[in-house]
Order: sequence, then structure tokens, then C-alpha cells
Amino acid sequence: MLYPTIGLEMHAELLTQSKVFCTCSAAFGGEPNTRCCPVCSGMPGTLPVLNRRAVEYIVKAGYVLNCDISRFTKWDRKNYFYPDLPKAYQISQMPRPVCLGGYVDIVSEGEEKRIRINRIHLEEDAGKLIHDDASGETLADYNRCGIPLIEIVTEPDFHSAADVTAFVEKMRLLLQYAGICDGRMEQGSLRCDVNISLAEKGAKELGTRAEIKNINSVRAIGRAIEYEIYRQTELIENGERVIQETRRFSDSTGETSAMRSKEDAQDYRYFPDPDIPPVIFTEEELEEIRLSIPEMPEKRKERYVNEYGISPADADTLINNRPVCLFFEEAAKAYDNPRNVANFILVELMRRINTGEADMENLPFTAADLARLVELGDTDKINKSCCKDVLRTMLETGKKPDVICEEENLWIKEDLGAAEAVIDKILADNPKVVEQYRNGEQKVFGFLMGQANKQLKGAATPKAVKELLEKKLKG
Amino acid sequence: MDIKSTSLRTLREMLDSKEISVSELCGECYKNIGAAENEIGAFITLTKDIAEENAASAQKRIDEGKAAFLTGIPLAVKDNICTDGIKTTCASKMLADFVPPYDATVVEKLKGQDYVLLGKANMDEFAMGGSTQTSAFKVTKNPVDTSRVPGGSSGGSAAAVAAGFAPAALGSDTGGSIRQPAAFCGVTGLKPTYGRVSRYGLVAFGSSLDQIGPIANSALDCGEILNVIAGADPRDATCANKTEANFNRLAGRSVQGIRIAIPEEYYGEAVDGEVKTAVMNAAKELESQGAVLVNCKMPSLKYGIPAYYLIACAEAASNLSRYDGIKYGLRGEGKNYKEMILDSRNKGFGNEVKRRILLGNYALSSGYFDAYYRKACALRQRIIGEYEDMFGSADVVLTPTTPTAAFKLGSTETDPVKMYTADIMTVPVNIAGLPAVSVPCGRTAEGLPIGMSIVGRKFDEYTIIQIADAYQRTCKEGL
Repeated sequence: MLYPTIGLEMHAELLTQSKVFCTCSAAFGGEPNTRCCPVCSGMPGTLPVLNRRAVEYIVKAGYVLNCDISRFTKWDRKNYFYPDLPKAYQISQMPRPVCLGGYVDIVSEGEEKRIRINRIHLEEDAGKLIHDDASGETLADYNRCGIPLIEIVTEPDFHSAADVTAFVEKMRLLLQYAGICDGRMEQGSLRCDVNISLAEKGAKELGTRAEIKNINSVRAIGRAIEYEIYRQTELIENGERVIQETRRFSDSTGETSAMRSKEDAQDYRYFPDPDIPPVIFTEEELEEIRLSIPEMPEKRKERYVNEYGISPADADTLINNRPVCLFFEEAAKAYDNPRNVANFILVELMRRINTGEADMENLPFTAADLARLVELGDTDKINKSCCKDVLRTMLETGKKPDVICEEENLWIKEDLGAAEAVIDKILADNPKVVEQYRNGEQKVFGFLMGQANKQLKGAATPKAVKELLEKKLKG
Repeated sequence: MDIKSTSLRTLREMLDSKEISVSELCGECYKNIGAAENEIGAFITLTKDIAEENAASAQKRIDEGKAAFLTGIPLAVKDNICTDGIKTTCASKMLADFVPPYDATVVEKLKGQDYVLLGKANMDEFAMGGSTQTSAFKVTKNPVDTSRVPGGSSGGSAAAVAAGFAPAALGSDTGGSIRQPAAFCGVTGLKPTYGRVSRYGLVAFGSSLDQIGPIANSALDCGEILNVIAGADPRDATCANKTEANFNRLAGRSVQGIRIAIPEEYYGEAVDGEVKTAVMNAAKELESQGAVLVNCKMPSLKYGIPAYYLIACAEAASNLSRYDGIKYGLRGEGKNYKEMILDSRNKGFGNEVKRRILLGNYALSSGYFDAYYRKACALRQRIIGEYEDMFGSADVVLTPTTPTAAFKLGSTETDPVKMYTADIMTVPVNIAGLPAVSVPCGRTAEGLPIGMSIVGRKFDEYTIIQIADAYQRTCKEGL
């Protein structure tokens, strides 16, 4: 029985303001070659100066992933020619990376697994080449040159596509919550190379591995691995040899294809970069960085469940969507009923988001506005059944909930005389239902309540309506 | 006026007292240039128009009474130091038309004082060489004897000072490139401590060895220039976080009791007899002024050359990889990227540069790294250790700057090993990152200048300037 063994190299772009060796903006995109300077475009005589913030970020990553932080760390040059690499060397780390060892615990197909981290190092990103098919020219955009990257290398501890996708999801979440990386695989801020080989289960030696490069979504990672397992199994079962090579995955065909074989492997001629003095951490510096790490997902979940009384499943849903989670935290600050706020967000807001009516990145109202809406419903200022309508109006107009209630006359006024008249009319209009209730069919009460609330539109609190209705039905 | 015999301090006083105007001073320089530059060939680019603009703003500043030390002082700048809007070629076809859009930090500092840029000085291509003969553009001749080389790689800078084209110049020193041409041309050259002067904007050769420094007519003039160009720079992480003091602050004090190490390996058979005699005479002169000569050994000197050439070439191979024809510089032809880059580098680089790139890449290659690069780094530590030992019993080290006086033009072009070994006296100082000043200390029977080097402790430029100045006060023009 052939058994896959998989290891990952993940690259995460750090969320620093500026690049790792110069002061250019590290933001994504921009008009080509507008976010580069003599330093990151490799002009003669310029020198790299290490961005200490990037170093802080990788130390944070190290703590989050349970690594040892090297007290002494230095940078090396990885030499190779490519038009997207203006200095013709990448500043990276070879023998003395910032982080060594470490692990991440995941749940894959219901089973808990520990994935070991081999190392994490800090390096610079390269530029982008744009091939213009019309003119046949290739153009270089150096905006991405020098954006700080951490490379996270795992041990070969994965044995299925599910293991890997669970890990990548978890890793993305950890990096996001630590504020290290935005985790946008589609924009390339989080990238993943997969090393995969097959061997008989229990075999002493691993099989020959293929490396699949730069896959740009979690789903694609799963598909690429599934395909590669299939491909290598076919080869081995047909008595053919797996070649050690680099392969690329095509999203459209769902297949991997050879990019270059190991025989073309470059000699990178690594040596210590003489322009960048080694970094030596003091215990105080490290402790300061460690304490600056925001609350991580597991701690958050504990708090939501134990302190807020949110169900573990709901807590997971919130936490797995960091923008929603942060919005929730903001809203819970404005109205001290986190459980109801969470419910409203998970049910009503998420519904709009899933239908595309709302965009989490671009909500026209604040978390405090949403909290206020939940509070209005909870305290019988408006009828709870109106809340979702108000939310829709908020999404459409961006108006404050109080303004909407005022404009649409939603305030509950406790006009018992008016309520009584409405209820009398409902009972008169529905003699059959009244009959059923009086014969002991309690469940029709809900129907009558609904009718009343709908028609009253805030003339009385639901509690008053209920009492009135009960009195009338008994009388 | 005689530029060569007038100190910077005197020029400063003459400018401040309006005895001479900035444009008159520049006129003197350009007069000398006009008379002899065709023969000497010290400059790749002359910047007369810019000099006139510089002179006007300097004069204005002087007239307003706000002059700094170098306001209105004309200087030559080696052509591997970037000057915003002015060609910076490194004497290479690769950068023949390269105009940097930024100034080196040292140039920014000079501009801050309103200096005057006379021109960009010739050099060995990418500072690789010791004769200025590897320049892709022109030959520079030694003003003392035009049949001879001016030394290198800062040969244009040294020749410009020796010929009276400029009262001082900036050079760069990776393995002796300031001190050796200063010695050959009979002028004074100071290589500061590694990290004393920012390297930002100095086109890199051997990044752990390179240092910008002055070439001038005296140690005091060198100190004055260093006062302006030294200091911490947020754009160079290897530049030390030191606040400057007056580098000439010890000048004029007696050398009484100062211990001068004389390592015997520097006075061996490889060194020309006349050179040995001249340097020993200078040592005796200092002894007569109260200095104490300390005989010592430096057994690892013989490893200096191999260690230096491995480290410098390894760093150079990486530093020069960026010249691929994509972004700037010479672009070759080809059907694809690989062909284009090969053609660019083949056409852009001269033989000496190619030789060192090959050497460096070889030393870094997998399978050879341990035997060459790593071993060279170990030797570097050993040489550093031996200097530390010497500085335990002495305050400075005194050696010849070169084993011989200036050689004939063309004589070593075909023998790289002979050329490399001629650097034996100077490279250990770069390997250890120490400050050193080369001072003229006599002439050969043929009338060629001889230089001696005073090497100091890290960041102790003060003492080497003090000793060099003490010598120069009594022995003007080296006996």
C-alpha cells in the first residue's frame, strides 16, 4: 500500500508598512514600478538596511508556532540570475534562521495531529514579470521587490491532502490573528510549495519527491496533492520512476506538469551578506515582542465559550472568519450582551454576507451601530421581528438604527387601547383559529401572536400583546 | 599660487579673508588641468559647468559669513562614488552612460558644505587593480614620472592631487586602493577604519573591505576631509554609530612614548632595498622625536593575499551580478534572457573584472566553499588576532606601503599573480578593518616616491594622523 509523505514550504508576506531593506511602501499592488527606490531596484552603490519591524514580526511568528528563537541570527545572499531579482541575489537566511523547531496542532478528518516546524527565516520577495503576448515583450515590475517574507518550512509530517489543507487553514488563521500576514492566497501574500513523495507504508526510506510550486488557494492545494498522489501511484504501479523535479499545478486542468528537473538545479553560492550585521536579541527584547502578540484563536474561543456563553460551534464560526470576529468584538464592546450580538451577527449579518448583499470589508455602518440595533430589539424598544428589516435598511442607506426606527415609526409605544382594538379584530377575523385554541391546540397561539405583532407594528411590547391576547382568548 | 604646497587650512583662510575667490581657486585648478590633463589623464569626466555653479553658491555662502571648512574647496571624486545627475562609470563599459539619480552619502555631506566638484577621477575598472590600467576608458600616468603607473585603483585621484589639479580627492580602498596610489604618486592617503565612513553610494567591490577616504597633500588635510565625510548613516548598517570629533585633535603633540611596531615580515626579501631603507629612516626619525620602536612578528602576513583575494572576489562576484543589462548599463543582444545577459556581461566587463568574478564564484561554489571561502574567513580571524597581539605592545604599526616604487606602464598587465602579490603590504589592513595612512617618506635613486603606512587601532585615526603629521612637519616631501 503506497503511503504519501508531504512537507511544506510556506511563504508569508509580512504586514509591515515598509519593505524589509528600504523605506518603500510594502502595500500590495500599485502602478508598476511606483513602489521602488534605488535600494530595492538594486542600483549600484545602494545598501540594504534591515527593517527591525520585520524582525519583530518573524519573532512573533516563531512564538505563535512554538519555535525556539535564535539569540544570534544573520542573513545570507542567495545568488542567482533572474530578471525579477534586481540585485541578482536574494537576501535570505541559511545557517542561522531566526526561528528553529516548533509545531502546530491541527484537526484533520476528526483526528488531532501535531505538525512539526523545521525552521522559519526572514527574506525578501522578488519582483513580478509581466509577459505581454501582443508585443512578445516581458516587462519587470519591482513593486514587490523587497517586501518582507517569512519562509516556514515544515517537517514531512503530512500524509493526506486533508492534513495539508487543515494545516494551511490553521496557519493562515494564526498568522492573521498575530497580525503578521493578511493570508490572501489569491494575491500571493501567502504561498505554498508542496513536497510530496510516495512509499510503501512503513518503508524506511521516503520515495523520490516532486515539488509543486506556488499554488494559490487552499482548495487548489488539496486538488494538486490529490492529483500528485494519483500520478505518482500510477507511475510506481506501472513500474516507472518518479523523477525529482519541480512541477506546477494548473487550476483549469486540475493537473500538475513538470517545470524543471533537479538536474537543472542551481548552485546558489550562499554566503553571509556583508552589508547586514547579524542581529543579537536580548531577553528583554524578546519578552517585549512576545507580550505584544494579540490574543490567538484558541484563547479567544475559550473566552467566547466560558465568558460569553457562546456555543463552541458558533465560537469557531466567528473565529474562522477574522474580519467578522473583529467586528463582533467591537460590537460586543458597545453593547454588553455578547451572546445576542454574536447570534445576530452569525444569523442575520452572515446571511446578507453570504447572499452578497453585504461585504464585510465595506460595511456602511459601524459595529456599534449593529450593537445598538440588537440592543433595541432586546430591550423591547422595537419589535424584535423588525430588526432584520432595520438591518437591511442600514445596509442600503448606512443610516443609524435609531434614525431608521424614527423614520419608519417602529418605536413601541404601549398604546393598549389601540392594541386591544387590533386584537379584537384579529380574533373576529379568525374564528376557526380561536376555536382550535380553545379546544386545546396551544400551538396556534403563535400564529395569533404573529398576526398581532405584525399589525401592531410597535404599538405595544410583545409582552403586553401576549398578555392581552391570553386574556381575550380565555375570556 | 601652488595648489600642491598650500594646505586646506590655508586655502580656507584665503577664501574667508577674500584673498582669493572660489572661482579664482577653481581657475587655478582648471589651469593646471588644462596644462597637463591630456598627458596625465586623471579624470574620466570633468565637471567644469557644475564646478562653476558650485563655486557661485560657495562664494555666496562665504560672503554671508557662513562658510564651513570645505566651502569653496575644489575636490576630485573617484568615479565609483555616486554623484546625482553626473555620470558614475566605475571606469567600466558596463556603466559608461550610467547617471545615478542619487548622491553617495559622502557626496551629500560635501554638498552640505558647498564644496566644488572638479570632476570624476579615473580608476581601475570597478576598483579592481593596482595601476589604473584596467580602466576601460583611459590610461592615467604618474605625474612624477609619466612612464610609470600612478598606482590604483584610485590612480586618478592620487594623480590629480600629485599634479596639482585638486588640493584633495576622494578615493576608495578595498585592498590598498588609496594608500598604494598615494605612495606611488608621492601624496598622502588615508584609509579610515571600516565603518568610519558610510559606503552608501560607493559602488560595491568587496563590501566587507571597501572604505572611502581622502587623498591629499598632508595627513592634516586628510584629517580635515575625514572630519566632513565620517559619521553614522542610517542608510549603511555597517557604518559605526560614532559621533565625530576632530580627527586632527592630537596633531602637534609630541610622539614621545608612542610605541611603533615594526613587524619583521614587512621588511623581508620581497621588499625593495631602497624602500626598506627609506621606511627605516622614517622610523628612526620618529624614534628621534621620542617614539619607541618595537620589533615584532606577524607570521600570518603570508596568508594576507590568498585570504584577501578569496573574500574580495567572492563578494565582488555577488556584488557585480546585478549588472545584467536589464535595468541600467550596457545591454547586449540575444534571442532570450540568457543570451542577452551573457552578451551584456561579456561586452560590459573587462578581463580583470571577469577574472575576479570567476575566482569569486569558484570560491563560493558548492564543494569548494569550505576549502576556499570558509578557510579565507578563518585566516581573516587569525590576521585580526595578530593585529590585536601587536596592539597589545604597540600603539601603531609601521610598514612600507608597497614593496617597490611605481612600476612602468604596461609592465604587470599580463601577470595577474605578480600584480596581486604587490598588494601584500596593504591588504591585511582591510582584512582587519583598521585605519591606515600612507605618507611619502623619501625617493628612490630614480626619484620615485616611496610611501610608508602607519596603521592604527580600530577607530583611532587620531594617533596615526598625529604620527604622520609629526613626521611631515620635520620631513616635508619625505627627505
